[in-house]
Amino acid sequence: MSANTAAVERYRNSFLKEVEANVEEGNWVKMCMQCGVCSGSCPFGPHWDHPPQELFMMIRAGKREEVLTSSSMWMCTSCYNCIARCPRELPITHIMHGLANYAHRLGIAPKNQPTRKFAKMFWDNLSKKGRVNELKLGVSLYFMNGFVSGIKTAIAALPIGIGMYKTKRLNPMEYFGGHGVKDTSGLHAILKKAREIEDAKMKKF
Amino acid sequence: MAKKEYSFYPGCSSQKLASGSNYQTAVDSMCDVLDIKLNTIPDWNCCAASIGYAEGGELPRLALSARNLALSEQANPGQDVVATCAACWLATRETKERLHHSDSLMKETNEALAAAGLKVKADQNVRHMVEVLVEDIGYEEMGKHVKKPLEGIKIAGYVGCQTNRPFGISGESFENPKYLDKLVETMGAQPVDNYDKKVSCCGGALAFSEPEKSQALIKDIIEAAYDGGADMIVTPCPVCQMNVEIYQNDINAKYKTKFKIPVVYYSTLMSVAYGKNAKQAGLDGLVIQAKQLNDIAAK
Repeated sequence: MSANTAAVERYRNSFLKEVEANVEEGNWVKMCMQCGVCSGSCPFGPHWDHPPQELFMMIRAGKREEVLTSSSMWMCTSCYNCIARCPRELPITHIMHGLANYAHRLGIAPKNQPTRKFAKMFWDNLSKKGRVNELKLGVSLYFMNGFVSGIKTAIAALPIGIGMYKTKRLNPMEYFGGHGVKDTSGLHAILKKAREIEDAKMKKF
Repeated sequence: MAKKEYSFYPGCSSQKLASGSNYQTAVDSMCDVLDIKLNTIPDWNCCAASIGYAEGGELPRLALSARNLALSEQANPGQDVVATCAACWLATRETKERLHHSDSLMKETNEALAAAGLKVKADQNVRHMVEVLVEDIGYEEMGKHVKKPLEGIKIAGYVGCQTNRPFGISGESFENPKYLDKLVETMGAQPVDNYDKKVSCCGGALAFSEPEKSQALIKDIIEAAYDGGADMIVTPCPVCQMNVEIYQNDINAKYKTKFKIPVVYYSTLMSVAYGKNAKQAGLDGLVIQAKQLNDIAAK
């Protein structure tokens, strides 16, 4: 390590290093120049407690708990506007996904965050048979806040469901099976192995 | 014209009785006229879309798309991979680029695929159907097949997010891509000029988890189409189509609006203009019926 690198190293706090090591595309965080174009370009901008630019600064300031327990990155709609506009070409969308996933893996992401819950449902749904079962996804979505609220939501959403059913874009029978890949065991083996490799890469901080 | 062949990744929403099944119907009709052959990737799986990241993480998510690419290399070697769904296209193309960008990701992905006896090179091009139309077929050729020009219909070209960013269509700008407008014109209809919400977000998957916040965005997308004098909205994305179409009643109830605007796919327009009937064009799959297109299709 050169004297120069060593000097710079002292100013990188442990949370920035943790993000660089464990968060998808986290090594880009140090490149942010705080211009705020990402925050101004986000369709959900007003709903973020800390817009991306602020999260980047908080990471560099070592605010681990505030960043990882924030609901902010769960506001990302994956519209990629920030990526398209960032003058430093940071893959901001992916960093936000990475931060959300990391907080989720550590178990410290906000518990009742609806997008966190929905994202988990989505993954569980698709990885079971290799393809999304839209009906089951919809049903579990309605009931994600418990039975009583689920019934209310399902009734409220009934006209939409009927519309989709009438136009042959929803299949009630999907509840009892539905689409999937043929080689489910192969698919599960791939995902299991990928998960093992990814878990082994995670560094302790 | 020589028959063009592609390795086709249809995606979950395109399946029978799924939310974008009418998109697939219209794509099939359009490809029939343009002599495009789509060779479906055998046993393809979901790409994890833009919401799978939270539970899936990086490698398991990339492995899903890598499995599709591996199967495509086996079954349809040398063919470009083509997707009709924006999220499918994005995830697959991103995977290809990420694997080529990082030797370690390529190695790890292949380790994971080996668990099912697969390996991936990720050397096929990954393209959206719109790219095939614009780059391989061209507007002139697309125009030649028009039997029933969509005269007198004004259409807002809603490009949305993921067909446009981060990759986009070559030669188009992120802020004001023109290809949908040109397509509308090629089919004999009139595009809305300066459609203000052309590349705005509909909320994507967050329309499910954050319905109120997303419907506020959708309201603006529809309002801008009406402001531009549109009779209908056209989109290249199944999530955009669904989000902008099916929540109109909820938006009306909340915002005291009277929205009832059809939202169709580019392939729907093309199928009708190419003389296909309503069923072949997937018009029966619209929750809000496009009467003007039904009338032309019935002629």
